[in-house]
Amino acid sequence: MSAPQPYLRKASPQKTKGNDRRPLPASLSRNAPLVPVDSAGGQALAAVIAILTFLAALCAGGAELVAASSAQWRSEIAREVTIQIRPNPKRAIDEDVARAVTLARQTPGVEQAQAFTKEESERLLEPWLGSGLDFKDLPVPRLIVIKLKEDARPDFGPLRQSLQKDVPGATLDDHALWVSRLSTMANTIIGTGIFLVTLVLVAAGLAVIFATRGAMAGNKEVVEVLHFVGANDDFIAREFQRRFFKLGLRGSAVGAGAALALTTVLGLVTRSWRASPAGDQIEALFGAFSISWTGYLVVVLIALLVALITGIVSRLTVRRFLNGNG
Amino acid sequence: MRAYYDEEFDGSAGVPSVHFENVGVRYGMGPEVLRDLTFSIEPHSFQFLTGPSGAGKTTLLRLILLSVKPTRGLISLFGEDVSRISKDELTGLRRRMGVVFQDFRLLDHLTTYENVALPLRVQGKDESSYRAEVVELLRWVGLGDRMHMLPPVLSGGEKQRAAIARALIVRPDLLLADEPTGNVDPSLARRLLRLFIELNRLGTSVVIATHDFSLMDQLNVRRLVLGDGRLHIDE
Repeated sequence: MSAPQPYLRKASPQKTKGNDRRPLPASLSRNAPLVPVDSAGGQALAAVIAILTFLAALCAGGAELVAASSAQWRSEIAREVTIQIRPNPKRAIDEDVARAVTLARQTPGVEQAQAFTKEESERLLEPWLGSGLDFKDLPVPRLIVIKLKEDARPDFGPLRQSLQKDVPGATLDDHALWVSRLSTMANTIIGTGIFLVTLVLVAAGLAVIFATRGAMAGNKEVVEVLHFVGANDDFIAREFQRRFFKLGLRGSAVGAGAALALTTVLGLVTRSWRASPAGDQIEALFGAFSISWTGYLVVVLIALLVALITGIVSRLTVRRFLNGNG
Repeated sequence: MRAYYDEEFDGSAGVPSVHFENVGVRYGMGPEVLRDLTFSIEPHSFQFLTGPSGAGKTTLLRLILLSVKPTRGLISLFGEDVSRISKDELTGLRRRMGVVFQDFRLLDHLTTYENVALPLRVQGKDESSYRAEVVELLRWVGLGDRMHMLPPVLSGGEKQRAAIARALIVRPDLLLADEPTGNVDPSLARRLLRLFIELNRLGTSVVIATHDFSLMDQLNVRRLVLGDGRLHIDE
């Protein structure tokens, strides 16, 4: 601008102190926020957001862990079908077993059909009845374990009918009941996880509303001056949104980072337990206690979502506040 | 930025910048602090608003700024009836006004430079478009070496000059100044008055609220005198 303030030249009678013509730096503005929300209240809000994000990330990570494990359980269980043959004194059980194995192998989609020998079947009872027992007089049923081909969903109707006809006393268990129960349980846990994450997000939103209203009341004079110098409500709301988004991002990054760190530590601890019975139990339930990439992605998304909610809720709160106060 | 040099001859010159018609203000259920105000502030005009302390000078300025609503009467700014304007229109009107508050109202967390540049920043202008202008104005009001300081470390006079610079930076159509020379020495007061006069010569209507007679005596212009809640005009 060659003559920025012509009236200054005309009104200026003398050279004023500091009226030198040094070249100006590229920017004289520190880009300071127009609404100072980095007060003690702002720090408290960042802490609340960090805690809420931590809880939300744990809920989401847990739900993702259960979802992944349950999918693994279900696919393993669904790939296995069992035929149980109860002993019948009028029939030769070994023949029945051999016949059932042949029938099973003829069924399309079956990869492998393995009959448990009498000894193997008896060994299965050892955990309940103890070792060293004579099972001769006990009518121990015999089991045939059928492994299905990957992604095969064979129709067991014909096999069931042939078994009924040729091997009386044989029952086919395709584990559908277990799969459906596992599925229900996993879905309940996932649903609860999603519900908890939603609750935590709502709580974060409410905390932001209170903090924004506090910041608006604390910065009433700043808001008034901004109005007088020509700022519209949208500009002021955007300023608040920007400040609260940054605050929210800081808090949520800390919370999500803590949740990921905790998962990593738990993963390391369970790995060191792996050889122990307790570790085996945990691993049986949760797999290797390490969340997948999807899990990490969900946690990062939650952190971003919390920051976004913080910014948007503060903007809407400011708009409402300004509309309500003329 | 508007070019005032050409605007002296434009068609809007006939519409008063401010027009009050039987305006009255009361706070709560109390008596009217201002009553039956009927006056106009013409474009390119210069006037002092005076009266004893507590006469309602600041309230009258706040009425013009639309931060106080009249309890009766009609106010129009730049030809627009303000009783039914939208928030966006209100912002538009405020952008045409510059205001110097008696208590300065500088933002303590912004530097002097940032405070003065604030009206341009809130309009979404890029800093490179106004940097030189802000610095020149700051130097002119003698704050060239104070531009990076925060208001709490400025003296009363420096704050006042920063507040004046903030009001002038947008070259407003209407300048409202509440005791703009209350905290400066007589020589600087004269310089600031010259600045207001020059601004007025370039097209800005100026209203200076003051009870400093030595300042008013330097200029033979219209005086709006407030007393007992009523307005008397000395042409």
